[in-house]
Amino acid sequence: MPRQGSWGSMELHNNCNTRASFDISRSSSLAQENLSKSQRIHNKSVDFDDNLPHAENPRLIYINDPRRTNDKYEFTGNEIRTSKYTLITFLPKNLFIQFHRVAYLYFLAIAALNQLPPLAVFGRTVSLFPLLFVLCVTAIKDGYEDWRRHRSDRNENNRESLVLQAGEFQMKKWKTIRAGEVVKIHADETIPCDMVLLGTSDPSGLAYIQTMNLDGESNLKTRYARQETASSIFEGCNVLGLIRCEQPNRNIYEFTANMEFNGHRFPLSQSNIVLRGCQLKNTDWIIGVVVYAGQETKAMLNSAVSPSKRSKLESYMNRETLWLSIFLLVMCSVVAVGMGLWLHRHKDELETLPYYRKTYIRNGRENDNDTNLSLYYYGVGTLTENKMEFRKASVYGKDYSSSNFTEDSLQDDNIRDAAISSRWKLKSEISVDSELMNFLHKDLAGDERIAAHLFFLTLAACNTVIPIVSQDASSGHGRSDSWGEVKAIDYQGESPDEQALVSAASAYGYTLHERTSGHIVIDVNGDKLRLDVLGLHEFDSVRKRMSVVIRFPDNTIKVLVKGADTTMFSILARDTEKDNLIRQVTQSHLTEYSSEGLRTLVVAARDLTDVELEQWQCRYEDASTSLIDRAAKLRQTAALVECNLNLLGATAIEDKLQDGVPEAIEALRQAGIKVWVLTGDKQETAISIGLSCKLLTADMQKIIINGNSEEECRNLLTDAKTRYGVQPAHRKNENSKRSNNPQNGYLEIPDDAKSSNVLQPCSGKEEPDVCAPLALIIDGNSLVYILEKDLESELFDIATSCKVVLCCRVAPLQKAGIVDLIKSRTDDMTLAIGDGANDVSMIQMADVGVGICGQEGRQAVMASDFAMGQFRFLKRLLLVHGHWNYQRVGYLVLYNFYRNAVFVLMLFWYILCTAFSTTSALTDWSSVFYSVIYTSVPTIVVGILDKDLSHKTLLKYPKLYGAGHRHEAYNLQLFWVTMIDTLWQSLVLFYIPLFTYKESSIDIWSIGSLWTIAVVILVNMHLAMDIRRWVFITHAAVWGSIIITYACMVVLDSIPIFPNYWTIYHLAKSPTYWLTILLIIIVALLPRFLFKVIHQIFWPSDIQIAREAEILRKATPNLRSMPIEDSS
Amino acid sequence: MADMNRERHRTRETAFYLFTQQSLPACKPVLTPGWVVEIVDRYDTECVPEAFRIDKISYIQDDSIPKNCSRFMKVHKYMKAPIYIYYQLDNYYQNHRRYVKSRSDKQLLHGQKYHDTSSCQPVELNSGQPIVPCGLIAWSLFNDSFTFIRERAELKVNRKNIAWKSDRDHKFGKNVHPFNFQNGTLIGGGKLNPKIPLSDQEDLIVWMRTSALPSFRKLYGRIEEDLDADDVIVVNLMNNYNTYSFGGKKKLVLSTSSWLGGKNDFLGHACVIIGSSSLILAIVFTLLHLKYRRPHGDTSYLPWNRKSLSG
Repeated sequence: MPRQGSWGSMELHNNCNTRASFDISRSSSLAQENLSKSQRIHNKSVDFDDNLPHAENPRLIYINDPRRTNDKYEFTGNEIRTSKYTLITFLPKNLFIQFHRVAYLYFLAIAALNQLPPLAVFGRTVSLFPLLFVLCVTAIKDGYEDWRRHRSDRNENNRESLVLQAGEFQMKKWKTIRAGEVVKIHADETIPCDMVLLGTSDPSGLAYIQTMNLDGESNLKTRYARQETASSIFEGCNVLGLIRCEQPNRNIYEFTANMEFNGHRFPLSQSNIVLRGCQLKNTDWIIGVVVYAGQETKAMLNSAVSPSKRSKLESYMNRETLWLSIFLLVMCSVVAVGMGLWLHRHKDELETLPYYRKTYIRNGRENDNDTNLSLYYYGVGTLTENKMEFRKASVYGKDYSSSNFTEDSLQDDNIRDAAISSRWKLKSEISVDSELMNFLHKDLAGDERIAAHLFFLTLAACNTVIPIVSQDASSGHGRSDSWGEVKAIDYQGESPDEQALVSAASAYGYTLHERTSGHIVIDVNGDKLRLDVLGLHEFDSVRKRMSVVIRFPDNTIKVLVKGADTTMFSILARDTEKDNLIRQVTQSHLTEYSSEGLRTLVVAARDLTDVELEQWQCRYEDASTSLIDRAAKLRQTAALVECNLNLLGATAIEDKLQDGVPEAIEALRQAGIKVWVLTGDKQETAISIGLSCKLLTADMQKIIINGNSEEECRNLLTDAKTRYGVQPAHRKNENSKRSNNPQNGYLEIPDDAKSSNVLQPCSGKEEPDVCAPLALIIDGNSLVYILEKDLESELFDIATSCKVVLCCRVAPLQKAGIVDLIKSRTDDMTLAIGDGANDVSMIQMADVGVGICGQEGRQAVMASDFAMGQFRFLKRLLLVHGHWNYQRVGYLVLYNFYRNAVFVLMLFWYILCTAFSTTSALTDWSSVFYSVIYTSVPTIVVGILDKDLSHKTLLKYPKLYGAGHRHEAYNLQLFWVTMIDTLWQSLVLFYIPLFTYKESSIDIWSIGSLWTIAVVILVNMHLAMDIRRWVFITHAAVWGSIIITYACMVVLDSIPIFPNYWTIYHLAKSPTYWLTILLIIIVALLPRFLFKVIHQIFWPSDIQIAREAEILRKATPNLRSMPIEDSS
Repeated sequence: MADMNRERHRTRETAFYLFTQQSLPACKPVLTPGWVVEIVDRYDTECVPEAFRIDKISYIQDDSIPKNCSRFMKVHKYMKAPIYIYYQLDNYYQNHRRYVKSRSDKQLLHGQKYHDTSSCQPVELNSGQPIVPCGLIAWSLFNDSFTFIRERAELKVNRKNIAWKSDRDHKFGKNVHPFNFQNGTLIGGGKLNPKIPLSDQEDLIVWMRTSALPSFRKLYGRIEEDLDADDVIVVNLMNNYNTYSFGGKKKLVLSTSSWLGGKNDFLGHACVIIGSSSLILAIVFTLLHLKYRRPHGDTSYLPWNRKSLSG
């Protein structure tokens, strides 16, 4: 359950994100698709217990003794550099990066060949112009960005902080701060480097920081200075000591160290360190010692560039570019051989011939680089709103969920007074169950009453939420004015679940008022209750519970525990009949809650005897100072107290589904996208969310795999395979290949906060032998065994034959592992959508990563390729923008190949008529302008504006998205058809003028002029024939291009110094010229036109039909598309 | 008044008369494909005396042998003036890359004032001075000449205005004189009168508009008299130009002209063929459309719907 996870999200992150971040960095340095097998295995090995300390080689920091600290090892200074280049390295490095693009290399090669006088086709400078232009623009852009980075680095490095120098704090520039120095930070200042807290303005050593810059979460987090140092700092003493900490790493959620101070040795953890980039809030000052500086700070180590992703179409394009290069080579060879033969045949006559030099390489511009449009689909969202709401409670075996009232509707005056008398105004309104409320305000004794009291005390106490109290006198409800001093409480917590629970407790009169490291104050219906916190066992993913050890004012000691039902019921006391009864009732309540999609928690407590307390305290001290295996030791310690608990009750929190989620998922699935849900939620919750968003349906056969050992998983998998007759995947792949029905993208989506789903667009490959659709539900435990072992392929076989795959209880790295499983085993595209920090690795792993700006912070957004506000936008952005982009890019790739090939071929045919001497009939300027001016604008305009269908239609028929899966807009067949068409058009273009002007006095510039205008009109007409949405700009671009071409030619022909002077004027007078152009256009486009018309009449594509329907506005009821199974 | 009436009546009567007598003034188009009349005469072999036919190259290169030659051309059809005289060279790659580039447009315009003639390689300098006009194109100027005699009287050949006016006015300098042209050791072709500025050397200007294709015609002059059918024209020509070294053919062409230019049936035939096939296609498609009609925008034709219909 995600929220539970985030209860102790820290611990969870601890365990998983270490690896996550490492692997992200590693995979970013590698080409994504070339991840070696070993790497993948490593990725997937998620070891919850892996907390290996870096104890072998600790970093030694002598507090306030930077010289000694830096003596032995030269630690990095605090100067940072985010810029990529320096003045010297800019040119080589930038060019190196730019030339990673194959197209650039191609153009460079051509430009270089042009520099050799015998090979010069265009003028030397003219040929360099396009490449230089592109390079310059990119370089200027990069340079400007880097200059800004330099500037911000400089600003950053020159900021000042108070550093303890010669006994007193003096301002010092950030860049000169070194590890081991003691720094003082005041409120609202930014922390210059990673520091261990020594003391704060709070006597107990508490400090609040905002980590927005680091992880995007806007809430305040608490950090503590160790009591030992805090007190001595507070008293103004100098602190001298030694800190042993791990080597710098990029895990912002973990810090392992210990400190030797005054002969004592005590542990330091993540809660004792403040990181660079954070801001100090609500605290006057803090003093800390620098442990990591500059590039070694966690913030800087985390600023790795995410891996670049390429669209599939782009790689196809590269493949076709290779083909065209082969064409070119063949063409060049033909010219070369022809030239050789010609020279050989005429070798005796060469003296009398004016032309005999060996210049035979002809370069064409095959591919224009103005179409760097990438085929990424947009999309974002979480499934749930991520606003947690306390919905139901089961207290001591009684379910309080039937009658929910908002506070305003409370009619009972007593209760209302009581509720108000708490004097705390919460920032959120919470609906309160009147029955429970009444019950709480009755002065009753008895087990039930005590249990209810403890239940809410646990909710208020057993958490890591920080109450922020602010004076809020006037605003708010009028009725609270009478109390004068009204305080507003804002609960800052890392987990919305906890916030919801604390707010709920407050609504019932148990208001968490104050929290320090040593004690908490809870306002119980107006009475302040001060509780000493003896120890706190944070949530971890093994125990799946959290506990606090509390000393009550009456000196009784209690352990308050809340946790997931799976792990809680096993540690409950089973003494009395009543306990058992309550347990059974509560369990049935829990089942009920989770079937409604609510997130459940079980609350329990017990008294501790003094003996137990002593034993525990001893172990606790030991474990929490341990540098090695601290997590495991703490876990063992927790087990001491977390046993024989008395069940108090259970809570249910609703994580509301976002608007339009079921519709979006339904649409995506109709579009042929396979949706996988990867969630941290527990199985029941995941299934209920699956049901509520129509992912799962009642008629589905569910394969549930939750094994606790490798053997068990293997058996479950084989069993499922035989039962449902799943074929091995490779055979299926062959099938689908044979039927020319390649599968293609996968998308992954997250569901709510901590959960994520995978959507896979997969051209439907039905299993004929499976009658009912299959749903695979698998949990994280099983995934540990499956992904690490050779069971992977078994899982893949089953998963691909299932309509729905639900993975629950999945750790962040497992999410990435699953994405990788799909990526490595199929050609399909994957899209991952997620909103939490735990989705980052998955988002970066997938072909397309989408981040949702949710309450979970911005980490997912930062790592994503696309960011969105809500999950339901994914539908629109995949189905509409994804479709448009695919159609546009697919067409434009073909068109650009055509546009350039037809031009080059035309030039090529002419070469065959010039004794293979590579003469170009076109002027140099026309050759260059062809790509740059004459034909480029319509391409761009169409690439931006052309839409085959309106967004309404696309949203209405999600199956239209299937065109992308079927590679309808761009495939190899289409490429070759286009190339044949291109060949025909180029032949027409060449031969019609040739025959028309056979044995005439036409000169080379006239025929060149004719060819130029003919080819420009031809390609623009070709484009015009395929444009599906004419707007004014399209008209302007297409017809304007032709007009501009004429204008350019008139200008070029009006300059006397060009040999082509006045050509166009002569030509324009001749009717032959116009007739020839007309004939060229008609003859060249006739086959294409026929093909198009026949295709549209007799074999209409679904897009074509939808277009007609759209235009005729003939919306009939049977437009509703069929169930998904029919997609193909 | 009566006069006027009568007058009007008469006019009407006349028109009526003309109408009844079917003698209204009319346009009488004669759709003959032979509107353009063309006479082609290949003379490169015939004009070499029998004795030299084995080694034509030494014949053409030997200045001491007279190059004059007479040809007879029979006019098949009436030819209306102006009759254009072309010479046609076959297998002559005037579009060869090296040849096309070997010129200096600035020198043609500015003469000696323009010094950079590097583009004219390999015919650039003569004894250290730039040749005017430089370059291979000019060097290889065509220099056969023709005179035409009909019934003992010489036909007047107009050799003015055979080049583009734009070239004469703006590309070839009025003060540029070919003072050292064709003075080198290797003579490529025609010589130019150093007294006449380049802008008036129309043969050169025509020649310098290099042709696009390896077989080309260039305008030599115009006969401004009509030629009647069965006229026999004697052509006295000087067979100076060397095409024998590369097997090029030389032809003399007399041709009239129409609004579509010279005689070339391709455009007409192509237009007719494409037009008629388009018409046939249109009919075929109409029939197809009537027979296999697919209602536009009928979504039951959508693939997924279609599948469900069929099973």
